[in-house]
Amino acid sequence: MSDAAPKVSVIKMYAAREEIYPREVKGWYANWRWICVWLTQLVFYGFPWLSWNGRQAVLFDLGARKFYIFGVVLWPQDFIYLALLLIICAYALFLFTAVAGRLWCGFSCPQTVYTEIFMWVERKIEGTRSARMRLDKQPWTAEKVAKKSAKHLIWGAIALWTGFTFVGYFTPMHELLGEVKTLGLGPWEWFWVLFYGFATYGNAGWMREQVCKYMCPYARFQSSMFDKDTLTVTYDKERGDPRGARSKSAAKSNLGDCIDCSMCVQVCPTGIDIRNGLQYDCIGCAACVDACDSVMDKVGSPRGLIRYTTENALKNHFTPQQIRQRTMRPRVLIYTGILVLIVAGFLGSLLTRTPLKLDVIRDRGAMGREVEDGMIENVYRLQIMNTDEFPHKYKIKVSGIETIALAGAEEVALPATGSRAVPVRVRIAHGKGQPGSNKIMFEVESTDGSDVEVKEKAVFFVPR
Amino acid sequence: MSDFTNSFWSVYIALLTLLGIAGCAILLWAQSKAKVEVGPDGKVTQTTGHSWDENLQELDTPMPRWWMWLFYITIVFALAYLFLYPGLGTYAGKLGWKSTGAYEEELKKADAEFGPIFAKYQQQDLKAVAADPQAHAIGERLFLTYCAQCHGSDARGNKGFPNLTDKDWLHGGEPDVIKTTIMNGRHGMMPSMAAAIGGDKEVENVAHYVLSLSGSAHDPIKAAFGKEKFGACAACHGADGKGNQALGSANLTDKIWLYGGSADTIMETIRKGRDNTMPAFKDFLGEAKVHLLAAYVWSLSNDTGAVAQK
Repeated sequence: MSDAAPKVSVIKMYAAREEIYPREVKGWYANWRWICVWLTQLVFYGFPWLSWNGRQAVLFDLGARKFYIFGVVLWPQDFIYLALLLIICAYALFLFTAVAGRLWCGFSCPQTVYTEIFMWVERKIEGTRSARMRLDKQPWTAEKVAKKSAKHLIWGAIALWTGFTFVGYFTPMHELLGEVKTLGLGPWEWFWVLFYGFATYGNAGWMREQVCKYMCPYARFQSSMFDKDTLTVTYDKERGDPRGARSKSAAKSNLGDCIDCSMCVQVCPTGIDIRNGLQYDCIGCAACVDACDSVMDKVGSPRGLIRYTTENALKNHFTPQQIRQRTMRPRVLIYTGILVLIVAGFLGSLLTRTPLKLDVIRDRGAMGREVEDGMIENVYRLQIMNTDEFPHKYKIKVSGIETIALAGAEEVALPATGSRAVPVRVRIAHGKGQPGSNKIMFEVESTDGSDVEVKEKAVFFVPR
Repeated sequence: MSDFTNSFWSVYIALLTLLGIAGCAILLWAQSKAKVEVGPDGKVTQTTGHSWDENLQELDTPMPRWWMWLFYITIVFALAYLFLYPGLGTYAGKLGWKSTGAYEEELKKADAEFGPIFAKYQQQDLKAVAADPQAHAIGERLFLTYCAQCHGSDARGNKGFPNLTDKDWLHGGEPDVIKTTIMNGRHGMMPSMAAAIGGDKEVENVAHYVLSLSGSAHDPIKAAFGKEKFGACAACHGADGKGNQALGSANLTDKIWLYGGSADTIMETIRKGRDNTMPAFKDFLGEAKVHLLAAYVWSLSNDTGAVAQK
């Protein structure tokens, strides 16, 4: 900045939030957002009420360390699936962002989704954009108090229901409902219902665009996933500028297509002007596209003054087909390839998982000992986990050295989702195996026709 | 609390902490008064003063005010926390919270949950407990956790650690005796007998006599000489070598050996003596758990049917 810049005024370092009154918008993209709202919320509010195998279909039982997701029961040992799920989400985000910008932000981020629901309530009670602005300016009358309290009451109810549903993923829903009826929730259940409820109310009711602009880390690094072929919500400056209102007869003026009606600014949930170019505040919700399209329809100009397009397309006047062709660029193909691989691996491994786990721990106290008839004996502890939801019987087998055999019990019965440590003695005849350690293999196999089998390597020690 | 040798350090740390918080508060307050320049269009013109790549500059745009309030809230939170919980030097905090207290709380919770189960079995006779499948399962888990390090996961012991699955007991294998052993521990001590017997030759002879007692392979001539010297051993092991459970002396007439049954090992035992300790678990586990353990250990060498029922 040059020293000659005029010092017009000063403002404080901390600015109060300016209220944004987004105008209601209808159109293709708004419909898609509502479809996303319905889908995500049906899943979120609905899942805890479903049943499967006589228990809640989706339940994260932290106390018992078991995650139930329909037919799948995940144990702490299955933590890798959570890691994979997060990797899949990350790659999906990279892919969608590289292709079409902030689709996640604009259509399915909880912040967007709940704000959309809360704004709908706001509109139903306080009216349209101008009505809301008028209401906020007018002094506190009985009508204003009634409207505001009705709004906050409904917001609070939705928020509490959200918090309650959230806890319902961790505490069985029907138990929770009973506890709520008698106000007998545990301290942590109270905390999370209220905390999650408060967060919903605060974020969707009050913070809104502030979350996207100042709290969300994704907003800060989204640009690193963009390139010149990424579809973003863009104002076509070449076609629109210079802007200005016009009379019907002045069609031949030198003005562009933008009539400067500011509809695109009025509908923007983060309060920006898309005509200033790509900004980090733009969440890619395409509300301005819908708004501008409807205006263009009214003034009789072609749609798409504000549209999803790419930087290259705008510069080189690509046809939609050319834009689509450029989607097949290395970056997108690599993201897609990796994503397909991981998803396939994830599903494949999840579906072929055996509902039985085995850990072999060799007794540390003794190396190996000689027992009757000169046999050499080693002792192991087999931690057998039946991760299935039904009880099973298993047979323990051992192999790897000539004459190797179990001494004692070979049959184990485990209850549903039960685990047991079984001490096991393994013997070989004198003179078999190498002095020192020998590789052996434990096998645990179901004997009740459920056709489950796991193998685990171990070491047999022969004293010198 | 003896973390500090001198009360100065406690005061020093408390003071630094409080001054740090006060510093944050003052900085925050001063910043709330700071102003930035704005151009005629209402947009900020002031930059942070840094420039990159020749002309890339960062505007000093105001921060959201709610953010400032969040900072104030953290200061209030910090002060409240330091008032309630230990954090300022040796000041214990208004709530008197301690990590040991939290641990004891957890123990109390566990006792409240599992105590009744243990108490139920503690009322029962040890043999009755041994016949109960649930008690057997609990006993097995306790054994694997606390006893398997020495006696092995299968309870068959190891050199120097008795096998608990046979019928041979140094101190007695009745349920109550086993419980006493676990509760109070045992100290098994055989003194060096070399001097009492006299000389290496005699030690070897006695060893062969000891082997003969259990019908193990031995040199009959050496054993015959050894028999004369066995009198020194008879005080503890008895004239017939059958041992004495009151003393904890081993039965030498079976083929069960704590340290090994070869002539060399027996000679070493006679020469140097043996010293063996089983620790007491009374204070560590408490009687209720020991009760279950004793029943489990007894069941290892006495078929109670508990396993079959499972």
